[in-house]
Amino acid sequence: MRPRRLAIDDVGMFEIRIHGRGGQGVVTAAELLSVAAFAEGKDALAFPTFGSERTGAPVTAFCRIAERPIRSREPIVEPDALIVQDTTLLHQVDLFGGVGPEAYVLINTGRGLDELGLDEFAASRFRPERVVTVAATELAREHLGRPLPNAALLGGFAALTGVVSVEAVANAIRGRFSAKIAEGNVAAALAAAEAVREGRTVRA
Amino acid sequence: MRDQLEGSQAVARAVARCRPEVVSAYPISPQTHIVEALSDMVRTGELAPCEYLLVESEFAAMSAAIGASAAGARAYTATASQGLLYMAEALYNASGLGLPIVMTLANRAIGAPINIWNDHSDSMSQRDSGWIQLYAESNQVAVDLHIQAFKLAEALSLPVMVCMDGFVLTHAVEPLEIPTQEQIDAFLPAYEPRQVLDPDDPVTIGAMVGPEAFTEVRYLAHAKQMQALDLVPELAAEFATSFGRPSGGLLRRYRTEGAKTILVALGSVLGTIEDVVDELRDEGERIGALGITCFRPFPIDEVRDALAGADRVVVVERAFAVGIGGIVGQNVRLALSGLPPVVYDVVAGLGGRAITRRSLRGLIEDVDEGSIEPNRLHFLDLDWKLVERELQRLQETRRSGPHAENILRDVGVVAGRSH
Repeated sequence: MRPRRLAIDDVGMFEIRIHGRGGQGVVTAAELLSVAAFAEGKDALAFPTFGSERTGAPVTAFCRIAERPIRSREPIVEPDALIVQDTTLLHQVDLFGGVGPEAYVLINTGRGLDELGLDEFAASRFRPERVVTVAATELAREHLGRPLPNAALLGGFAALTGVVSVEAVANAIRGRFSAKIAEGNVAAALAAAEAVREGRTVRA
Repeated sequence: MRDQLEGSQAVARAVARCRPEVVSAYPISPQTHIVEALSDMVRTGELAPCEYLLVESEFAAMSAAIGASAAGARAYTATASQGLLYMAEALYNASGLGLPIVMTLANRAIGAPINIWNDHSDSMSQRDSGWIQLYAESNQVAVDLHIQAFKLAEALSLPVMVCMDGFVLTHAVEPLEIPTQEQIDAFLPAYEPRQVLDPDDPVTIGAMVGPEAFTEVRYLAHAKQMQALDLVPELAAEFATSFGRPSGGLLRRYRTEGAKTILVALGSVLGTIEDVVDELRDEGERIGALGITCFRPFPIDEVRDALAGADRVVVVERAFAVGIGGIVGQNVRLALSGLPPVVYDVVAGLGGRAITRRSLRGLIEDVDEGSIEPNRLHFLDLDWKLVERELQRLQETRRSGPHAENILRDVGVVAGRSH
């Protein structure tokens, strides 16, 4: 097991930033995360950066989870967790801007951090056990039949941070999609969660 | 019971439970999710009886709402930005004729340059159109204001615009409570029109009025709208009793007791401002905030009372009047004329630029240190370097080209010119 902590910090707020591309379900991921947190009695606010609703364009979405009412609506500039749905953004967007040394980082890739050229960077900047890669696209292809990594990543996120439970993520997915699509996504999320719990990097 | 919902979905459901009989709309971002949801509810029969009219333009949307309202139907529409401008002539007709239409405005900037993101340029451009304007600081308040808006509109026979920040609220997902059908039915009686086009009892609505009476009819428009200053607080109190939570009203004070500095704002930035107020209060600063929910009619006495004890009033507004400055600021100054508080006008959050806690804290610091001047328009987070580069180009070259494209090249959003 990885070291765990109650991830909502001393100001009672946990902030997640999700990066991906239009069509990968970035906005939906933030929404599902908020639904999962809400179901577990938290206050949760999900919102996207808006506008470029073009397939393939960089998209960012945010989710705040707190033990108290959330009022602030500013974009998340110093996230407690970062989810990267698409590694081709590495050289296009300032993904790690404002991400502090205690933050959790979950990257969708079938390759290791070393192959991405991120191993030294990650080791110098973050706690190594909090930087995890998951082959979410491959898991989605396997369980859902489509390369949509968002649900799998949420399963991985739940296992990595403990901010929401994997069960709550699964329920949020079931509440959003029709039965067949939901079950594929839930299976992908459970597989990603298991991979993160076992501490293995899922490779293609 | 609260559900985790998108702001637009919640507003659409609340509007549906107000039982509109005609919804006429033309889709425009960021209003689209609201009217799509209503259209779905009409299609499935969840909202019935109701006629949903997908019209060919915003001008048609408002015109259809006017016709429906004059025929005695409860009428609703929604728009944003250029859509509001396109219906401008009809807006004046709706208010001038005294038709109680309720409209959601998903606040969005006005072009050019074209921009789909949030600010208040659209609603502020129609502040003198005779519509009552209510501004929602959160999605829960947006839901609650719509329910109150129908009652307010029909009591006064005047149209009401409920303004909610586009994207920031319309596309945010959060815990929201939508009152039940029974609760809303108990609060909002069936529409009883003051005037109606009825073949069995024919009247005309919309007579031409010459100099002999035009002033008097216009005076009544003003006098009628001013009645909202009494009715809005009454409805807010009734709402609190019926629904068990406070919502609406003319103003909302936040920690203004003993405050030397008070921030004034409309809409969704108030949540962020309240967080900043708490931080600064913890650090010993005597600071508070005033949210203006009802901007038209302008609650001048209540604003004066709320601000009179402060030394500094900082108005943070998401629009401005080119050539003079703050819009909310001008109204606040009028409320404070002859009183000691110094008013700062700060334009912020234009075209979707985020208003951050950090920027707001910096602003308060600047005000405390006297490094920004009162009575001069100030732009929060203005990138002076970008502005200066463009001014330089203007000076150097006659054919300096369009500002928008030049500045986008400077910030690297578009590549250099290829022709």
